[in-house]
Amino acid sequence: MLLLIKYTLLYGIVLMLVALGGMFSEHSGIINIALEGIMVIGGVAGVLTLTMLPSSMSPALVVLISILVAALAGVVYSLLLAFASINLKADQTIGGTALNLLATAIAVVIAKYFSDSGSAKLNYSNKAFLFSIGGLELSVFVPLGIVLLVISYIVLYKTRFGLRLRACGEHPQAADSVGINVYKMRYAGVLISGALGAIGGMAYIVPPVQTWNFEVGVAGAGFLAMAVMIFGQWKPFNICAAAMFFAVFKSLANIADSTFLAQFHWSSNIYNMMPFIASMIILAFTSKNSMAPKAEGIPYDKGSR
Amino acid sequence: MKNNKLSHRVLQSSITSVLAALLCIVIGMAVGFLVLLAINPAHAWGDGFVRILKGGFYDAPYGVGKMLANAAPLVMTGLSVGFAFKTGLFNIGAAGQYTLGAYGALYCAIMLKLPWFVCLLVAAILGGIWGAIPGFFKAYFNINEVITSIMFNWIGLYLVNELVYQNGTGPMYDVRNTRTLNLGKSADYAQSIIPDFGLNKLFQTNSTTIAIFLAAIVAVLIWVVLNKTTFGYELKAVGLNKSAARYAGINEKKNIILSMAIAGALSGFGAGLFYLSNVGQWNPLNSTSLPAMGFNGISVALLASSNPIGTIFSAIFISHISVGGTFLSTKYYPTEIADLISGIIIYLCAFSMLFRGKIQKMLFKNADKTNVNAEPAPAEKANAKKEGK
Repeated sequence: MLLLIKYTLLYGIVLMLVALGGMFSEHSGIINIALEGIMVIGGVAGVLTLTMLPSSMSPALVVLISILVAALAGVVYSLLLAFASINLKADQTIGGTALNLLATAIAVVIAKYFSDSGSAKLNYSNKAFLFSIGGLELSVFVPLGIVLLVISYIVLYKTRFGLRLRACGEHPQAADSVGINVYKMRYAGVLISGALGAIGGMAYIVPPVQTWNFEVGVAGAGFLAMAVMIFGQWKPFNICAAAMFFAVFKSLANIADSTFLAQFHWSSNIYNMMPFIASMIILAFTSKNSMAPKAEGIPYDKGSR
Repeated sequence: MKNNKLSHRVLQSSITSVLAALLCIVIGMAVGFLVLLAINPAHAWGDGFVRILKGGFYDAPYGVGKMLANAAPLVMTGLSVGFAFKTGLFNIGAAGQYTLGAYGALYCAIMLKLPWFVCLLVAAILGGIWGAIPGFFKAYFNINEVITSIMFNWIGLYLVNELVYQNGTGPMYDVRNTRTLNLGKSADYAQSIIPDFGLNKLFQTNSTTIAIFLAAIVAVLIWVVLNKTTFGYELKAVGLNKSAARYAGINEKKNIILSMAIAGALSGFGAGLFYLSNVGQWNPLNSTSLPAMGFNGISVALLASSNPIGTIFSAIFISHISVGGTFLSTKYYPTEIADLISGIIIYLCAFSMLFRGKIQKMLFKNADKTNVNAEPAPAEKANAKKEGK
């Protein structure tokens, strides 16, 4: 049971962080399908930083620096999406897909360049990220994620910035008419999603293992996070609940053999399939009253007001 | 008179499309060269850039055969994505449809020992079913096909892996190679391999079959369906404006599902071409990445501006540089440089509309300005046909 909680929290926090990122971007009106790629970039940047920092450095500082570097890398990478979809008014889905493909290639090239063996595997120490409370081993990303969740809620619903951001996703023309700079707001939304997505990518890679092969990227976690975001109806706390729901299935895939579920003799493939099937069923039922931002996916053109 | 003007305009827009694609390629290659320089300046030109540029020709004829063998499924996934684009849908699910197609082809070949054309047909049908599901969700629940396709990519991957592997006891699974059984190794499966008519001898390979020609034939067929039939016109009309199409008496729900099913069938067919040419075998232990062929199809379609005929050439180009990447000496460079280059090219393609507009303005300053930014104007062509009758 403890193991189930551990894995659920570990994976749930990842999905939640990335989905929160997607939420900020979509509330500003940009569909961020590049989350998967942003996770990969954040992961490779964070892991590289980890390998380069001197081992004598204090653990708190290691955690802080590597997470900041990852977030920064995510922001820079998401600039590519922002530029293409806001300034050049390119199709957001196509641009995001291109960035996903590009991210894995970039990560592999970088990882191969820096690894000693010439393969795309990087070794690192994750001790600084782990701590345990009463036998339950957790990563620093769990408290960090909860803090970021609360901050996200406050920013989105209790600040002027949040209100303006949401206005740009619902009706950019109206927002513009009262003097809000739609382009700036959309940039802000995409860049926040870049930072959160990248931290999520690092949270996916670093805590469970000490070596990562970047050829596998993040194995669809970014796409799953998009489903989490839709299932969570673009609201922070709903997203948190949805992320945990998805994470339970994923954890079952990892630990099924050691629980009562072993008697079913299901393979991990079946458990891996479950969150996707569940989200399809839920999407089918909830699509009728979807809370999606109205203007998402539509490039904003000042001239067409 | 009017027809003349129209065909002139169509010609203009196809010239612009080709130029825009070439521009994307040139910029992508230039960035790739810079990356090569950054990694290892001493070998960037001769051992790096030139090898990628030469592609399969670096090791002809073997490399050329390999390039053609990889291009055939790419043409199909490119057609799949391009066909969906033409009908207003984004088929990001080509990878999943490809996966199902692979299963269909391999099951018929290994378990049922059917002749190759039947295997190909089954591959297309399974791919089509996998494509139709997101179409169904789009038509009846109004869920974006992108999300559904992504979900079904992963569901398809886990499903096929489970069916093939079965905890290592699957009859199609070869424990020693951790792949499905090699079709080329046993005479039992000879009837399931696509004939090569001497191509293997010509290229000194063992996987160059007539697959590339089959793919080219399908590309021409798709072009005819899209541009010369009422059926294709209806599909495109739904893509351009769903409500207007319904008003005109077109069953838009049926057409969305059909579009996705055809797109899926094309991907599945592509998987059949790959596995029945025995270019490779399926690895059911790989549960973390989808077949790259599906996503490269997106690059191919974008580079060709979704034109079915253009798809043939852009698939050959993408295959050319990725085979070139495999000839890079791993001592100096990772082979993924080729993926990097094609990734940059697609990113540029995402706003190639902008390039197209600029090029058109530069080249045809005096031409009328009504259609500067538009797609190669499928509706107009269709209109022209109607007026002609």
